[in-house]
Amino acid sequence: MTAPLEAIEPAAEQAAGPGDERPAYRGPLRYVAVKAGGAVLSIGMVIIGTFFLFRMLPGDPVRALAQGRNMTPAQLDLERRRLGLDKPLFDQFLDFLTGTLRLDLGTSYEYKRPVLDLIVDRLPATILLAGTALVVAVGLGVWQGTKAGWRRGSRFDRFSTSTSLIFWSVPTFWLGLLLMMALGNGIGPIPGIFPTRGIESVDAPDGFAYVLDVGMHMVLPVLTMVGVVYAQYLLVMRSSLLDEVGQDYITTARAKGLRDDQVRRRHAVPNALLPTVTLVFMRIGFVVGGAVTVEAIFTWPGLGQLFYRAIKVPDFTLMQGTFMLLCVSVILMNTLADVVYHVLDPRVRSA
Amino acid sequence: MTTVAWARRKMAFGRFWTTFRRQPAGVVGLGILVVAVVLALIAPLFIDDSVTSVVSDTGKSFGAPGTDSALGNDESGRSILELIWWGSRTSLLIGFLAAALAMVIGTVIGIASGHFRGWIGAALMRVTDWFLVLPSLVTALVLAAILGGSMTTIIVAIGVTAWPSTARLIRAQTLAVEARPYIERSKALGAGHWHVMTKHVLPNVAPLLLASTTLEVASAIVTESTLAFLGVSSNKTSWGTMLRGSYDWNAASNGAWWYIVIPGLCIVAVVMAFTLVGRALEAVLNPRLR
Repeated sequence: MTAPLEAIEPAAEQAAGPGDERPAYRGPLRYVAVKAGGAVLSIGMVIIGTFFLFRMLPGDPVRALAQGRNMTPAQLDLERRRLGLDKPLFDQFLDFLTGTLRLDLGTSYEYKRPVLDLIVDRLPATILLAGTALVVAVGLGVWQGTKAGWRRGSRFDRFSTSTSLIFWSVPTFWLGLLLMMALGNGIGPIPGIFPTRGIESVDAPDGFAYVLDVGMHMVLPVLTMVGVVYAQYLLVMRSSLLDEVGQDYITTARAKGLRDDQVRRRHAVPNALLPTVTLVFMRIGFVVGGAVTVEAIFTWPGLGQLFYRAIKVPDFTLMQGTFMLLCVSVILMNTLADVVYHVLDPRVRSA
Repeated sequence: MTTVAWARRKMAFGRFWTTFRRQPAGVVGLGILVVAVVLALIAPLFIDDSVTSVVSDTGKSFGAPGTDSALGNDESGRSILELIWWGSRTSLLIGFLAAALAMVIGTVIGIASGHFRGWIGAALMRVTDWFLVLPSLVTALVLAAILGGSMTTIIVAIGVTAWPSTARLIRAQTLAVEARPYIERSKALGAGHWHVMTKHVLPNVAPLLLASTTLEVASAIVTESTLAFLGVSSNKTSWGTMLRGSYDWNAASNGAWWYIVIPGLCIVAVVMAFTLVGRALEAVLNPRLR
């Protein structure tokens, strides 16, 4: 019983270190199937967990909803029936389950629109922001990590490692506030350069000028997200490059007479990239959390802000829908990471 | 028997302290922590809750540092210095208690899943891994929003989302400890599950637990401030709620940099201190890192 369940988590096993045995390898399709099964189980747990979490709400949700609004008892009853709260818990659960599986996430109290429509509306903005930030952060982290790891102990190494660690311990939202103050509002003699709110100007132009306008709006949110997450890519790239530097094949490459630059680019970096690739996906949950904070600060009209608004109101249907979506996307990304790692690294396969 | 054990523990602690003292970063971090904790503890001797009141203050709105209070004023003329001092109590308390909660859950689940092989351990690990992939900030926000804002719910929301990494660590260590021959000897002499877990495994994982909890406090303080900034707070002044205030009242465009910079610097200083101490502890306690 232990073996198949353990087999679901090889990437996590690496974190656990010694003491966990790897199960025997039984072919790529089987591996993917086990992974997919694990993901489905996790998503199922998210759906069930969400249902019970949101039924833990103290008091009557309809009464909470009615607060500050003029509603007669009859209207309250109608609302209760509309939300299915008059049924027994088990029926409610079945309704919730079938609804969720049919992607019917209910209607938002706040926006009076289906939650799914709202999510679809907001998704592109988040993908644009988080995607750009991720690409920049990974690029910066890998580049600096390679340089730092290759010349270990150099001034560049010490400088870049300590800078990234400082950024790492800074809370995301505070970095956002500082950037907003320094580059958005201007400080002292420096005027404000970048806009601090939204995705586009009120009088947004068309065509290329529009792209430029959105780009300008993206600068501060992207900088904030990059500042906080790039440290982990830098550190992982640096340490995995350090692991490679001592290997025999690097000595062989040098002995062949390759230039230092070629040894690094053709031999060391491709191997060292592997753990970094996994990390990109593994820490996607962290990026999601960062996106919520950053979108809240810069009023970026994405999923994170939708979630943040749902918490502020509070709009529980919307909160429930966005929460499930965020969790499910993180689980899918993690599963993808496991599979990609498996495809990329023959050592995992033969182990 | 027990006196021998205690004498041995005292010696071990002495050895530990001599090694720890050789880590300059750890000593600096510890110094900052001691100062911060002592200041938070003695705060009621000098100030009280009235510093957070918006009606009883006399200062100028957004007064610059040095005019009528050392570190400037906020939007309603309250002294930033006094708010920081009073708020440190909330920030540190939530940080410590949330980390303690995460430690307790993580230890229980970690030791149990490492000790009970078979389906219990596998099921516990499955739950741990599930919690590990959930985006923790998002989950904490939802929990705190559902349970309503109070000190306890914030602590629970942070503690319940922060334990999985501790559980993983403790499980790995438990597996390593249980592989040692003296556990087998103890079992042969008739030791039950409870005896093995509390008398043999727990003391062996305790040092590692100390290091990981120290690091956990740092991240709990950051999470608390982030939750407070996103509007989910215990309704008590903390460094996070101050930064929320600076955002709500547009301190940036009013040029009140002190309102934004100072609370943030406090968070960073305390978080760095915890991280430095935690890393130093790890370096001392984990022979592989030495």
